[in-house]
Amino acid sequence: MKETRRTFTPLILSLTLATASAVALQACADEDDDEGFARFLPARMDFRPADDPQYLEECGACHMAYPPGMLPAASWQRMMSGLEDHFGENAELDAETARHITDYLTANAADQSSTGRAPNVARTVGKDAPLRFTETRYFLRKHDEIPRRLVVDNPDVGSFSRCEACHTGAERGNYDEHQVRIPGVGRWDD
Amino acid sequence: MNRLLASALLLLSAMPAAADRQAVLEHYAAGAETAPSAERGQVLWEKKGLKGRDCTQCHGTDLRRAGRHQRTRKPIDPMAPSVNPDRFTDLKKVEKWFRRNCKWTWGRECSAQEKADILQWLNTL
Repeated sequence: MKETRRTFTPLILSLTLATASAVALQACADEDDDEGFARFLPARMDFRPADDPQYLEECGACHMAYPPGMLPAASWQRMMSGLEDHFGENAELDAETARHITDYLTANAADQSSTGRAPNVARTVGKDAPLRFTETRYFLRKHDEIPRRLVVDNPDVGSFSRCEACHTGAERGNYDEHQVRIPGVGRWDD
Repeated sequence: MNRLLASALLLLSAMPAAADRQAVLEHYAAGAETAPSAERGQVLWEKKGLKGRDCTQCHGTDLRRAGRHQRTRKPIDPMAPSVNPDRFTDLKKVEKWFRRNCKWTWGRECSAQEKADILQWLNTL
């Protein structure tokens, strides 16, 4: 009995220490993105990357194929019903392709997905149907410390809608702030 | 000998694409009033439309090189079939981009004649 206790004491001690440091690390973390130990875990999934071949081909030809989980289904429906004026550009599709892409986007929309940050987006959007993820409260809160000059006025970025310009893990669905590299600026640590 | 074989293979693999391009061109030529003209096609390519827009703004001036979408900065594959053999071989794709880009650039759809002329010119590159 004595033997057993002697073996277990250091284990209990180290476990306690580990828990305490995890709590301390969490406490140090600021509001937005620091996940403490999470950074040592395998790559996380914030938004499941788009994977529908037709969506990638048709929409990804002109811009990053945004993960469907960035907007609720009502937004995607609104977007897909106004492609002839798509943020000032004509992005018309034939009816069959448009229907397929609409189905894909709505089935995987923020309010239909349980992956990563999608549910948070859905919750903060509420009943609205915004057309731009960059205008959602969720996005704005996450980017409110980034000065415009680093993005909009940065010739290598140009717009907040180019996620992939700074989020080096975007293709894998990782939007953690530790993998952010702003072109011409570098890491972003706040 | 090897080089000869390689060029023969390249030629063979390019042949179906050339046939497909011809079929796409003929589709538009059938609806055009006169035979397609590469000369007219080149003029149309540089013709200014809405807000001073023209094709070169996104596709560049050297069509053997990649262009760039003006707003999203996404690269656009080269237009010249000599470096991008898939170009203008798929009627559905060609029609989709003509519809979108004619409306964006000139504010209207292009006629079959205009499409045939532009393709005739692009196919020479």
